[in-house]
Amino acid sequence: MNKYPITIKPFGENAVLIEWPNKVEEVILDDILRFQALLQLEIENDWEFIPAYNSLTLINLKTKIDFSTIEKQLLKMHKDSDSTSKRQNYLWKLPVCYDLEFGIDLEELSKELKMSIEEIIKMHSSHEYIVYGIGFLPGFMYLGGLPKSLETLRKSEPRLKVEKGAVGLAGKQTGIYPQESPGGWNIIGNCPIPVFNVKSEEPCFVSVGDKIKFEAIPRAEYELHKIEGEVGIYTPEKIVLNA
Amino acid sequence: MLKILKSGFFTTIQDTGRFGFRNKGVPISGVMDSISVERINALLENEPSAAVLEITMTGPTLLFEENTYICLAGALISPTLNNEPVENYKVYKVSSGDILSYGRLEKGFRSYLAVKGGLKTEKVLGSYSQYVPLTSKKCVLENEEIQYEACNLFEPKISEVKMDTYLDFDFLEVQRGPEFNILTDNHLEALFSKAFTISKKNNRMAYQLDEKIEGHSYSMLTSATLPGTVQLTPAGKLIVLMKDGQTTGGYPRILQLSETSICVLAQKKFGDFINFKLT
Repeated sequence: MNKYPITIKPFGENAVLIEWPNKVEEVILDDILRFQALLQLEIENDWEFIPAYNSLTLINLKTKIDFSTIEKQLLKMHKDSDSTSKRQNYLWKLPVCYDLEFGIDLEELSKELKMSIEEIIKMHSSHEYIVYGIGFLPGFMYLGGLPKSLETLRKSEPRLKVEKGAVGLAGKQTGIYPQESPGGWNIIGNCPIPVFNVKSEEPCFVSVGDKIKFEAIPRAEYELHKIEGEVGIYTPEKIVLNA
Repeated sequence: MLKILKSGFFTTIQDTGRFGFRNKGVPISGVMDSISVERINALLENEPSAAVLEITMTGPTLLFEENTYICLAGALISPTLNNEPVENYKVYKVSSGDILSYGRLEKGFRSYLAVKGGLKTEKVLGSYSQYVPLTSKKCVLENEEIQYEACNLFEPKISEVKMDTYLDFDFLEVQRGPEFNILTDNHLEALFSKAFTISKKNNRMAYQLDEKIEGHSYSMLTSATLPGTVQLTPAGKLIVLMKDGQTTGGYPRILQLSETSICVLAQKKFGDFINFKLT
């Protein structure tokens, strides 16, 4: 296990921000999540944890906090922590229909990236992406690990309406729109399974540190999964990571 | 039932908020002015988390269909109960058939109505607070009926208080945010020496301020944000995140409002002024 220097900053009356080196690296995220797992075991129950990229924010739900006390405590816990702290993460296989009906920017991207549509789909669906953060909208995943050849500019004019489930590319990022919203990403397909479903017992099955692999599915299968997703009987295939 | 005869400009059901799902991108929501609501739920001897109506700018017209007790707080929107004026922080008995309506906005921006026992609506992920798409509706609509339990007899321990109000405050107490250190002398001078105007773009998600300050070219990785976080965009625009604000963001978090200052700001509307005061 890698251990990195951390810095701790006050963040308002009842939160602290713990920062790791300012880099997008899986090993850093791993250190963050192991430390979070340790904290969840060792400190009282009234904290919320928000991990993202190189930071972990701790928010106390009950009281204002004394920064210097909590800072000392956290630095000591991080120093004393060893590689035995475990985290539980999964690789999720999410179906995506890349038909042109959904992949409304595929033809344009094919010209821009000088790749065939088939190559774009193959490239996008053969990689595993790491969930570095969840935010912006409920269930919106910040995914890292996009192959360089798929890096593109955002659309010059954002769309006023992007469909729920739309799978997009922008800059070094790829992701799924968890709800209908305006957006400037290039849309290449649609995932019929809601990543965020308020009717489920666990409204968002994905956690930070999980991995996502997209699997190309035909139109017919898309419709089936869509119905299964809506009635809540579809469980995406998952594989335990770091077992 | 509480029947909404008129909905007002933007009236929502809120409680103290939806906690435990920020790591999945779910904002906490909840009342914008928590101090006002804490007080009136206390006077009605409700649970602190009892759901209330948050009334924005213009008030609704409401018909009570069961006997109960109510208490109001926050913005002064000339409320009347069966045409008799109603005061903030005073417990009133209402009978089936009574009508609460509002008039001119005198002061503040958000008013609150608490009902004995709280409003009983759709609870989603542990909270009554309306936030689309988690809840099916973003606000209450005309002709809608909201459930509450009838209460025929309640003897409040304290039936009326004169409370300090912060509706006239224009200072927001702020702490240094995580990226405070990127600020230059020019930034600091601009931030703490003059007033800022509330922009037209103000809602439960965020308040933007009209006056820009110097921009910056600081690039950071997306990280957590909180209600009350003041973001500085590269173009120098200031955005104060509020209760429905996103849980993560990529703009530097230069200042952080205290909970009290969030309440003060929640009572400001387009064109009002605020000053930042570093604590």
